[in-house]
Amino acid sequence: MYVHPPDHRADAADSDPGSGAGRPRTGAVLSVSGLHKRYPGIVAVDEVSFEVHRREVVGLLGPNGAGKTTTLNMILGVLSPTAGSVRIGGIDLAQQRARALAQANFSAVYAALPGNLTVAQNLRFFGLVYGIPGLRRRVGELLHEFDLERLRNTKCGVLSSGEQTRVALAKAVLNRPRLLLLDEPTASLDPAAAQTIRARIRALAADAGCGILWTSHNMYEVEEVCDRVLFLSHGRILLEGDPRRLPREHGAATLEELFIRLAREPLAQPLERAG
Amino acid sequence: MRLKPVAGILLRQFYLIRGSPVRALPMFAWVAIDIVVWGFITRYLNSMAAGRFNYVPSLLGAVLMWDFFSRIMQGVSTAFLEDVWSRNFLNLFATPLTIAEYILGLVITSVGTSAVGLAVMLVLATAVFGLSFLSLGALLVPFLLVLFGFGIALGILASALVLRLGPASEWLVWPLPALLSPFVGVFYPLATLPRWMQDIGRLLPPSYVFEGLRAVLAGRPVSAQSLTVGAVIAVLDILLAGYFFTRVFRYAIRTGLLARYSAESAA
Repeated sequence: MYVHPPDHRADAADSDPGSGAGRPRTGAVLSVSGLHKRYPGIVAVDEVSFEVHRREVVGLLGPNGAGKTTTLNMILGVLSPTAGSVRIGGIDLAQQRARALAQANFSAVYAALPGNLTVAQNLRFFGLVYGIPGLRRRVGELLHEFDLERLRNTKCGVLSSGEQTRVALAKAVLNRPRLLLLDEPTASLDPAAAQTIRARIRALAADAGCGILWTSHNMYEVEEVCDRVLFLSHGRILLEGDPRRLPREHGAATLEELFIRLAREPLAQPLERAG
Repeated sequence: MRLKPVAGILLRQFYLIRGSPVRALPMFAWVAIDIVVWGFITRYLNSMAAGRFNYVPSLLGAVLMWDFFSRIMQGVSTAFLEDVWSRNFLNLFATPLTIAEYILGLVITSVGTSAVGLAVMLVLATAVFGLSFLSLGALLVPFLLVLFGFGIALGILASALVLRLGPASEWLVWPLPALLSPFVGVFYPLATLPRWMQDIGRLLPPSYVFEGLRAVLAGRPVSAQSLTVGAVIAVLDILLAGYFFTRVFRYAIRTGLLARYSAESAA
């Protein structure tokens, strides 16, 4: 297998009956096209194109500095691309920022909720910012769903990592987003807590029907959760496919081994398909 | 513009103030201290003047108005700094919240916090030092409105500076009113100043308020035209500050500055 030209990747993924772990594809909730970000002297993201569909969990993988967070920031509208476009639920982010972002939400380890507000206060605050109707009921549902009822009046700054992750996820689904961006949602969690979180997120995709873009350095987790992965290196997508089949297709024993090979691969070097 | 996101910004500030006496105290403590200190100074000056001149309305009235202006400005910038201190930009600006909604939320917060300060100052100055502020009559409204408008503009400008220059530039916010005070003639007529300082003063709306206040106290008519000029400049300043904030925000989005406020890395 070799690197797809950027404008073919999304189509290739759509037409691949094996990708998506057999789940039906229904409408792109995220379309990223020719996304490019250049800083003085460095190209952080280079012509990245992909789609995320309803009920699909897509892993965005890559070594540190590959451009994952930059890509997420551009999708979230907190960083403008040098070129390219982002459409969330079919709405162009650059043209209709508020409408597009109303359909998305995110959780990231480096964006903790204000620690000086309690769990319930944070959910009410962000619920108003997102303009959630029936907010009181929605906050109650989320406190129950994420097992946060006993912590509702606890300030977020004193919660454990696992509890903070649960609050961040509750905030991330406040607006029932069509697109959910998760930047290392299980980082710093113990294995049991991480497993619980993974199960919740999988359920979100299956039950609520949202599309999820997920970054992680835990390849075991990626294999368990993601329907499809995109390998990003030096700001470019090097590889795309089913995380359970990709290692075998490229002569690697595990996804982690494939990850390490790709991370050390010279830029845009085609990878030979095994066999 | 939607009201719910504005209400969200307000609610957050309410939670912070309600949950922390440290935040509630500055709303009235510093202005109360100012009124007490200047109240006793005016009392001392009155005793020296032996009834020939009443310093209470001219000095204490000016202090009260200047503190009101400073509170308005700091009300906006402190509400903004709460998001800097809690590294909340990424959470906040990755939502449908617009800049106009955000700024309106900060402004309304400032109206609430500075109203508390104004009430405390009025009660202290009137009850303890005999300042009859309401004797200014209907003129009190345009005086306070012009100061309010310029305070909002300066607060938005200060917030934009912190956004542009980074969290460490917070110290720039606090001395801004003091930096302007020599030019606006809080305690003396603009004519006292050298020509170049007068020229700068005429660009600053509070100058028209304090000139007007002195005119009232001296029994002279207040120039409606002059007050109108002050009001127009204040409105223009709000628009310019809003434009400046928007430009800085766009710059922060373009360069990755906004993402770096929260994220460990923008690349």
